[in-house]
Amino acid sequence: MVTADVIVVGGGLHGCSAALQLAKRGASVVLVEKDYIGRHASGANAGGVRQLGRVLAEIPLSVASMEMWHGIEDLVDDHCGFESHGQVKLAESEADLETCRARASALHTAGFEHEEVIDEKQLRELVPAAAPHVVGGMVSRADGAALPFRTVQAFRNKAERLGARIIEGVAVSDIRRDGRDFVAQLADGQTLSAPKLVNAAGAWAGRIAERFGEPVPLEAVAPMLMITERRAPFLKPVVGATSRTLSFKQFANGTVLIGGGYLGRAEPDTNRTILDYAKLGENARTVRDLFPVMHDARIIRCWAGIEARMADGIPVIGPSRTEDGLFHSFGYSLHGFQLGPICGSIIGELVTTGQTNLPISPFSIRRFAPSGRQSTGF
Amino acid sequence: MKTLSHVNDLAEHYDLVVIGAGPAGMAAATLAADKGAQVLLVDENPTFGGQIYRAVSSTPLKDRALLGADYWKGEAIGAAFSQSQADYFPGATVWQLSPELELGISSGGRTAVLHARRVIMATGALERPMPIKGWTLPGVMTAGAAQILLKTSGVAVSGKVVLAGCGPLLWLIAAQYLAAGKRFDAILDTTPRGNWRTAMKDLPGFLTSPYLAKGLKLMAKVRRQAKIISGVTALAAEGEGHLARVRYTAGGREVVIEADHLLLHQGVTPNINMASASNCELEWDDAQLAWKPKLDDWGNTTVPGIAISGDGAGIAGAEAAAERGRITALDALAGLGIISIAQRDEQAKPIRSELNRYDRGRVFLDRLYQPAQQFRVAGEDTIACRCEEVTGGQIRKAVTTLNIAGPNQLKSFLRCGMGPCQGRLCGLTVSETIAEARGSTPEAVGYYRLRAPVKPVTLAELASLKQSETEIRTVARG
Ligand SMILES: Cc1cc2nc3c(=O)[nH]c(=O)nc-3n(C[C@H](O)[C@H](O)[C@H](O)COP(=O)(O)OP(=O)(O)OC[C@H]3O[C@@H](n4cnc5c(N)ncnc54)[C@H](O)[C@@H]3O)c2cc1C
Repeated sequence: MVTADVIVVGGGLHGCSAALQLAKRGASVVLVEKDYIGRHASGANAGGVRQLGRVLAEIPLSVASMEMWHGIEDLVDDHCGFESHGQVKLAESEADLETCRARASALHTAGFEHEEVIDEKQLRELVPAAAPHVVGGMVSRADGAALPFRTVQAFRNKAERLGARIIEGVAVSDIRRDGRDFVAQLADGQTLSAPKLVNAAGAWAGRIAERFGEPVPLEAVAPMLMITERRAPFLKPVVGATSRTLSFKQFANGTVLIGGGYLGRAEPDTNRTILDYAKLGENARTVRDLFPVMHDARIIRCWAGIEARMADGIPVIGPSRTEDGLFHSFGYSLHGFQLGPICGSIIGELVTTGQTNLPISPFSIRRFAPSGRQSTGF
Repeated sequence: MKTLSHVNDLAEHYDLVVIGAGPAGMAAATLAADKGAQVLLVDENPTFGGQIYRAVSSTPLKDRALLGADYWKGEAIGAAFSQSQADYFPGATVWQLSPELELGISSGGRTAVLHARRVIMATGALERPMPIKGWTLPGVMTAGAAQILLKTSGVAVSGKVVLAGCGPLLWLIAAQYLAAGKRFDAILDTTPRGNWRTAMKDLPGFLTSPYLAKGLKLMAKVRRQAKIISGVTALAAEGEGHLARVRYTAGGREVVIEADHLLLHQGVTPNINMASASNCELEWDDAQLAWKPKLDDWGNTTVPGIAISGDGAGIAGAEAAAERGRITALDALAGLGIISIAQRDEQAKPIRSELNRYDRGRVFLDRLYQPAQQFRVAGEDTIACRCEEVTGGQIRKAVTTLNIAGPNQLKSFLRCGMGPCQGRLCGLTVSETIAEARGSTPEAVGYYRLRAPVKPVTLAELASLKQSETEIRTVARG
């Protein structure tokens, strides 16, 4: 039996970031990943590092994470392919612009200034290739994008250098509480035990929560993406739209990544995803309408990643409601890549000190507790 | 056969869609259509015949001796298909096949989605990459590409021509070239000498193979007309901007010869691109050193309704391909309820005994023509991934310094396998190079997860797809 201070289940960005921060704080950590590090949402995503358009509750975390992204090389000794050319949301009509203005003033009231409304001229300076009907938009200048798999691997390598132990290709098949410790049974027969447990199992995290008596409304979904051949450079920022769903960016090498949160079908038991081409057709029509330069672009790959989506669209971060020593970090609902650095740090703090300065109460698992039993506790 | 020319001519549903009009696909489509199934055969080439019988109905080389009697066997298969009731859509690309048997087909810049009750993939084989130093220089091409030129337009490469590699097809291509009046300045045989030893124990089987006599005849013919250097252990293409020289080592001696063209070939491997993108499970074949789909006795993959026949199911050659096509068609007919299981089994019997004949001695050929490690793994300065120009040295460095476990993980660092071909051409080379660097096996390091589109589609083509129900609902709601 392997013993440690903390067991982390799940080797996505959140598990690796937590392992890194725990190891940094001196804890002995074992992380277990059933496939390979970064195999799922964290390695397959669009790499968007975005504060733009986040729900209010996430903004303090997102802003703190953005600072870490801008110093990512100091944190993990690798640039992670992070580039910051801003994220822009296009307004296609006066009504869209009004939505942008309302959003900016709501953020202003809450004390945040990172989302700016821009007029058509400013917009065309940032996104010269936008279709003629676009009238302006919104920008968050510190935003950008990184290379997802490279990022996870960098967090993993750094965690290992700090002493974390990583077990790949083996699933945690069962976990129970045995006195002071959690005992994890691995599929290859090994057992691990530790007094603390971090659930960073992504789309599979609901099973662990349920195992400890706190089921959550989590759905495994499969957001789809497509990428083109290299094109002549025409775009620097990451672009979205105000009243349509789009995520659009050109890499430095010329390839163009197209997404928009369209879902295929996820089969979390087999790791498979099944694409829905009718929806990708819709995604293609949005791009055709907003970026005429793209009409003859050739798509060379379509794929999807398996991601956890919570019924209310925001993650579960923080201590368990039912089991002392268990901490959750999952359910990032299609936008958890940017939050990776900060959430690892939050888990690091929570596990080692029991507290954090960041406002995480909106993400408590208690929000899903059956009413009247909110305070059952451990 | 009814020839379609526009995606609008396609029905929305077919009993059976066959992909690929080589011997396996044509035989499968013909048999199924003759029994009354509604069949569509799709192929991206303008004419049927596949790789081996390419352009059999249209080649300008009418002198039968030129391409050999085996080539013209394709005529009979083609004629039977022409007389069938199947729909035939040439010049059309299947760019996706989902596990629900939904197919995306595009042609002439338009695309359509249709549904099948059964699908038979007969997408054949691809030439195994032969990553030698300088293989991306103009003037170096695969022998298969040279053969396509010869069959479709009667053109042979000119100047000083060197053919290098190993495998039964090498001799066939050489013979076809020589028959067309071309000559080779040298044929460099890279078959490792040690292979004879490992293959010997399977020789008795091969002695009864129908391929033996043919093979020996071919080799004898080539030997009479060309200079053959065997036991070649190292090979490089050199030149500035274009191939000028070929450098090789044989019997421990290094030789440099002038060359305008170098044709490379070291066997073929199953084309698993579509199978893999459709979620069919693959397995590693240690004798053929290649991935192939996991199949049952009827060619069914692990995805219900999808079967594979011909060389895409594992390399067995053209004549076996047609028989394997018929086997998969029989099971499709039974699955469709057109024939009974008993009828299927009965009708399969003579086909299976024919197949057994072709199977004899296959192992011998597989072992004898197993290409040497140094021609499968990309060397230090040799390009492995041609699209992104990644060398063997870069791969080894990334694998060891960044702790990379397999080809999918490597992409993010070197963009290896992320170019237009998506690793469909370099996949084996990359897996083998990683395996070598990790002291592991290709089976353990795995293969690229290939995804749709199997062939690129334009954004405009995708945008021409019918609206999804969610979109129609959103629009209706305003
Ligand atoms: C296509 C796509 C595009 C996206 N685009 C963006 C974007 O642009 N910007 C953004 O911020 N976010 C984006 N996201 C969301 C982001 O990728 C995720 O929110 C984030 O990566 C979640 O990380 P994770 O570590 O929680 O999950 P994962 O990366 O899924 O990691 C969980 C891991 O746990 C492992 N595991 C589960 N159960 C067990 C077990 N029992 N034993 C061992 N291991 C187990 C799994 O194998 C998995 O590797 C996107 C997601 C997708 C799918």
